[in-house]
Amino acid sequence: MSVRDVMQEVARRDHVWPFLMPSRGPRVDVSHSVILYIEGLSVSFDGFKALNNLNLYVNDGELRCLIGANGAGKTTLMDIITGKTQPDEGEVYFGRSIDLLGRSEAEIAELGIGRKFQKPTVFEAQTVYANLELAMKSDKRILPVLTSRLTPEKRERIDEILDTIGLSEQRALDAGSLSHGQKQWLEIGMLLIADPRVLLVDEPVAGMTAQETERTAQLLTSLAGERTVIVVEHDMEFVRSIARTVTVLHQGSVLAEGTMDQVQNNPDVIEVYLGEEQ
Amino acid sequence: MNHSLYGQFSALHQLRERAPLFLAVLFGVTIYAATCNLLLAEDSVFHVSTYTVTLLGKYLCFALLAMAVDVVWGYCGILSLGHGAFFALGGYAMGMYLMRQIGDRGVYGNPLLPDFMVFLNWQELPWYWHGFDQFWFAMLMVLLVPGVLAFVFGFLAFRSRVAGVYLSIMTQALTYALMLAFFRNEMGFGGNNGLTDFKDILGFDLQADGTRVVLFVITAVVLGLAYCTSQLILSSRFGRVIVGVRDAEARARFVGYRTEMYKVWLFVYSALLAAMAGALYVPQVGIINPGEFSPLNSIEIVVWVAVGGRGTLYGAVIGALLVNYAKTRFTAVLPEVWLFALGALFVCVTVFLPRGLVGLAQRWRPRPAATPEEAA
Repeated sequence: MSVRDVMQEVARRDHVWPFLMPSRGPRVDVSHSVILYIEGLSVSFDGFKALNNLNLYVNDGELRCLIGANGAGKTTLMDIITGKTQPDEGEVYFGRSIDLLGRSEAEIAELGIGRKFQKPTVFEAQTVYANLELAMKSDKRILPVLTSRLTPEKRERIDEILDTIGLSEQRALDAGSLSHGQKQWLEIGMLLIADPRVLLVDEPVAGMTAQETERTAQLLTSLAGERTVIVVEHDMEFVRSIARTVTVLHQGSVLAEGTMDQVQNNPDVIEVYLGEEQ
Repeated sequence: MNHSLYGQFSALHQLRERAPLFLAVLFGVTIYAATCNLLLAEDSVFHVSTYTVTLLGKYLCFALLAMAVDVVWGYCGILSLGHGAFFALGGYAMGMYLMRQIGDRGVYGNPLLPDFMVFLNWQELPWYWHGFDQFWFAMLMVLLVPGVLAFVFGFLAFRSRVAGVYLSIMTQALTYALMLAFFRNEMGFGGNNGLTDFKDILGFDLQADGTRVVLFVITAVVLGLAYCTSQLILSSRFGRVIVGVRDAEARARFVGYRTEMYKVWLFVYSALLAAMAGALYVPQVGIINPGEFSPLNSIEIVVWVAVGGRGTLYGAVIGALLVNYAKTRFTAVLPEVWLFALGALFVCVTVFLPRGLVGLAQRWRPRPAATPEEAA
């Protein structure tokens, strides 16, 4: 390419440079009612294919359950959506316009995708109240954080969430002294207070008593509609109690999708997954 | 509703609660030592010798250094085994200023070149020695050089998510590499003799009692300011994020904090504290040499913090003062035993007092648990 061609290319008048484009901001375009597009996703670790050409579409406001045996790729999928792992191939879009690949965990969290870990992870040395305050939706850059104050609106919001997760009485306790189930709830509360569009919830009822499980089911179903909730869970009873749509993963790809009954009667599923249990 | 719960979210409230006792003790001792040195006759029982004042000043420099390590280790879990490097760099910048102040009073009487350069047959001042005859420039360099080094090192390390023992080894390598570099005569920092034979600072004789007392008082003031600033920073929301990063970095990241930048800036802040300690140390001790870069020194700082107790700031100060007092005593009586004693101390503290002396004190006087009114 000659210098002249380069100059012409640079000076093209029908072309707007990316840095001159007005920034769109993190508005999620859900005009086709799909909030997460995952297409042709593959990733391998040392030759082991954790995900193999996986396709998944999640609708806005849906409550979706992901099930699958150990090693089916559920956690890897969550890692990719939240930016912890980069895939070898494939695309992940948040709404129609936001490409999630190549973004950091913090950026994706700011866009409105919250994640609860398999093992409850909270800031153990700080109070329940402080945990929620840290997770609250706000400017998370360093200078604003240095001068941030606890305004009355924030207190109200924290009180509201404390009420929702039933930890009002424990607000002044260190998060480390909570029971396992309470920690799970605190972590869910930390997701809620960040006001996300999509919640990825990894095994929310592990280690909970029957009552706690029931309350968690109520909480998650009440969230759906306003937010999109994706739940990974092993507890089939729990899945049955909350799920409208279930996706079964097997060896890194989608094996079946549908209501719980459809999935349970799917011969492939019976063979590879449910069959083992019965 | 309940003040004690919301109090933890106001940095100023926290400062009002934690600073007065620390500042009172620090300035009480400082004023006592300074007045007893300057106003009382030498044969008075209460006279504090200039030797003691300088020794106290040196201890306070170490206390500031220990606080710098506590900021990153105690609050953020970054175990730096190379903080001596920032201390020494700050010290060297101050030393270069003091060398230029000697002027033609050196052994060789060269008005421009320090003695060691004349000895090495150098004809002109290396470019990086220019400007150090100005006090403001030297002070700027005291902060700038260690600050930039900490930023570059921290940025590379934390962005690549190097953590734990690997990071400790890298910091150790950093200070070791600097030590080897500063030992070389060609570097132009005086080789293994370092910089010494200082005469005066800002025109005041460094050997005079008055200058020494003023240096001691300045050190105390800087320590007090550093304590208040650190308390403010660490009890702001920034500090809570930092503690969150220590306990669950992944959670902090998924909540939306760019944890690597938080760590980088905390590391830079800590390096600046260490550099100030170094700059105050050199005029009081009268020498800076590459030995300050030795990995052993940096490990010793960590021992001070561990002995005092991590994550409280005043714990680090107490640890630094006690261990250094013990060192002064020990090396006078049984110099060859000191390193064994230090090692034994570290092992004992790690095994029996994981939270240091401060933790021991808190165990005797346990914090009251949250009362029902407080929790409601």
